[in-house]
Amino acid sequence: MLNRLSTRRRHPLAGVLVVLLGLVMIGGLYSALRPASADEAGKTDEELIQAGKDLYTVNCSTCHGLNAEGVVTADGNNYGPPLVGVGAAAVHFQVGTGRMPLQNPGTQAPKKQPVFTDEEVAALSAYIASLGPGPAIPSEDEYDPSGLSEEDIVRGAAFFRTNCTACHNYAASGGALPSGRYAPSLLDVEAIHMYEAMVTGPQQMPVFSDEVLTPEDKRAIIGYITLLKTQPAYGGSNLGSLGPVSEGLWGWLVGIGALVLAAVWIGNNSTRAGSR
Amino acid sequence: MTDHNLPTDGDDERNDELEHRDPALARGPEEPIPNPGLPEHEPRPTDIDEAMERRAELQVAAMFILAALLSVGFCVAYFAIDRDAIVAGTSASNLALGMTLGLALLLIGVGAIQWAKKLMTDHEIIEYRHSGASSDEDREETLTAFRQGAEESGIARRPLIRNSLIASVGLLGLPAVVALADLGPLPGDSPAKTVWRPGIRLVQDVDGRPIRPQDVQFGQLINAEPGIFFEQEIGGEVIEPEYEGVALNNAKAKAAVIVVRMRPDDINPAEGREDWGVDGILCFSKICTHVGCPISLWEQQTQQLLCPCHQSTYDLADNGRVLFGPAARAVPQLPIEVDQYGYLVAKDAFQEPVGPSYWERG
Repeated sequence: MLNRLSTRRRHPLAGVLVVLLGLVMIGGLYSALRPASADEAGKTDEELIQAGKDLYTVNCSTCHGLNAEGVVTADGNNYGPPLVGVGAAAVHFQVGTGRMPLQNPGTQAPKKQPVFTDEEVAALSAYIASLGPGPAIPSEDEYDPSGLSEEDIVRGAAFFRTNCTACHNYAASGGALPSGRYAPSLLDVEAIHMYEAMVTGPQQMPVFSDEVLTPEDKRAIIGYITLLKTQPAYGGSNLGSLGPVSEGLWGWLVGIGALVLAAVWIGNNSTRAGSR
Repeated sequence: MTDHNLPTDGDDERNDELEHRDPALARGPEEPIPNPGLPEHEPRPTDIDEAMERRAELQVAAMFILAALLSVGFCVAYFAIDRDAIVAGTSASNLALGMTLGLALLLIGVGAIQWAKKLMTDHEIIEYRHSGASSDEDREETLTAFRQGAEESGIARRPLIRNSLIASVGLLGLPAVVALADLGPLPGDSPAKTVWRPGIRLVQDVDGRPIRPQDVQFGQLINAEPGIFFEQEIGGEVIEPEYEGVALNNAKAKAAVIVVRMRPDDINPAEGREDWGVDGILCFSKICTHVGCPISLWEQQTQQLLCPCHQSTYDLADNGRVLFGPAARAVPQLPIEVDQYGYLVAKDAFQEPVGPSYWERG
C-alpha cells in the first residue's frame, strides 16, 4: 500500500537517480579519503608477493629457475643467474627498463619497451625481494635531483668524472666495451633507474654501494647528468658527443670529401661558346 | 697534362739516333699515339657576348660587396648579441659570428673563382721546364767574388786568426749543451716509485672516504687514491694532507688505483700474491702500462679491465694479465690488508713501476 502510494507520488526514474547519486557520493568520498598506501591495487604484501611469484613462474623461471636459484649450463656458465638477494631495485631496473624478459640471448640485454605494467613490476620486485635481502627500490627523495644546489651539482660532476666517464663517456652518451658490449647512453635514462643501476650493478656495470658512494653523492651525480641533458651545444652540432669517432668521420669523409669535389668542379672546363 | 702538349722534336731526334744504332729497337714508335698538340682555343660566352661579360662582372662585384657587408655584420653581431643567448640549442653569438665570417670568406673565394673562370683571359699556354741551375755567368761571377773575398781578408795567410775564429765559433755550441742541464735534475728512481707505502689507507677519490671491507660488495668498483692526499682522521687524530699543489697532482697521477671485489673462487693469484687481497678485494694501478691512460672500465662479470685509448685489456682475476692490445706487461697490483681500525690499507708499496714501460725499467 505504502509502496504503491509512493511510486505514484514520485517520478518513476527518481529511484534510479537516488541510487546513482548515492554511488557517486560514495565513490567520491572513497577516492578523497582512501589512504595513499592503498595504491598498490589494494593488495597486501602477501598478495603482492603471490602475484609476483605467479608472474615470475610464467615469465622468468625458464632461465632463472623455478625458485630463482639460477640455471647453470653444461659448461658451468650462467644460463640465467640466481636472483636470491639481488633485491627489489635490481628487478625494478631490469624489468622496468625492458631489459628483462630477455628477447634473445646475446652479448648484452638492450633497453627496450617494458613488457610489464608498473603494478606487475612492483609485484615481481616484491617477490624477488622476499627471497633474500638486497637493495630496495629507492624512494623519490633519494634519487630526485630537483632542489640540488650548484655546489651539489659540482660535487656530482667530480664523482661522475671519476667513476662514470670511463665507460659512459664525458657527456654521458655511452661508449664501447670489449667483445661487442657497450655502456649505454645515460641521457634518456630516468633518475630512479640511474640510482638503481649504481646500487645493483646490472650486467657488466660494477656496483657502487651506498656505504662508499653515499646516497647524497648518487643524487648529486644524477643531478649532474640531468643538467647535461639540458646543456646547450655551444659549438653547434656535437655529433653525438662521441669524440674522435664521429668527429673524424665527419671531418675526413664529409669535410675533406666536399673540398675535393669542389676543387674538381672548379678545375673543370667552363662553358665554351662553341659547345653550346 | 702539359707533358702531352710538349713539342716532340727531342723525341724524334732520339728515335733517329736509335734507328741508326739498332734498327730493331726503333721499329716501335716511342709514342703509340701521335701528339695531338693543344686543342683549338674556344672562346667562352663571356668573351664574345658583352652583355654576359657585364653580368659576370656584376656577379663578382656583388659577391665581394656582400662579403664586405658580412664582415661588418660580424662586428655588429660581436657586440650586439648576448653571449649567453641560446638559439635552436646552440649559442646565438657563435652562430651569428660563424655564419657572417664563414659566408664572407666563402663569398670572397667564390667571387675570385667566378672572376678567374669567366672574365680573366684563359688562353692555353705551354710553360717549359727550365734547368734549376743558375746561368754560367752568374756562377762564374759568384765564385770570383768568393775567391776575391778570401784573398782580400787574408784568411789563408793568417792562420792565427783563422784558427782562433774556428775555436770561438765552434765553442759557441757548448753553452747550448750546458744549458740542457736545466732540463734536469735526472729523475733518478722517481718514475719507478709511487707514494704508496705500508699502512697508507685506500680512500675513495674525490671525497677521501676510507673504505671498510664490509662496505665493498661483490662486483663493486672504487676509484681510490692514497689517504695521505686528503685530510684523514685515524684513531680520533686529524692528520693533514701530505701533498698539495703541483706535487699533489704529480703524485696523484701516478698513485691512482682501482679497488675491486670479486668472488674469491674466481681469483687465480700468482705465487706469492695469495695474501695480497682481502676476501676477494684486490687493488690495481689505474694507469695503463701501455702509454699511461687512466683505466677504470672494469666489467664485473668478465673481470676484464679495458683501456679506452688503445683497447689494452687486462684480466684482473688473473693478476692483471694482458689479454689483448698493445700493453706489454700486466697492470701492477698493490698488496692490501686491513688496519687496526678496520679500514683497507696498503700492505706494501707497488712491487714494480706503474704506468708506461720505459727503458731502464728493467
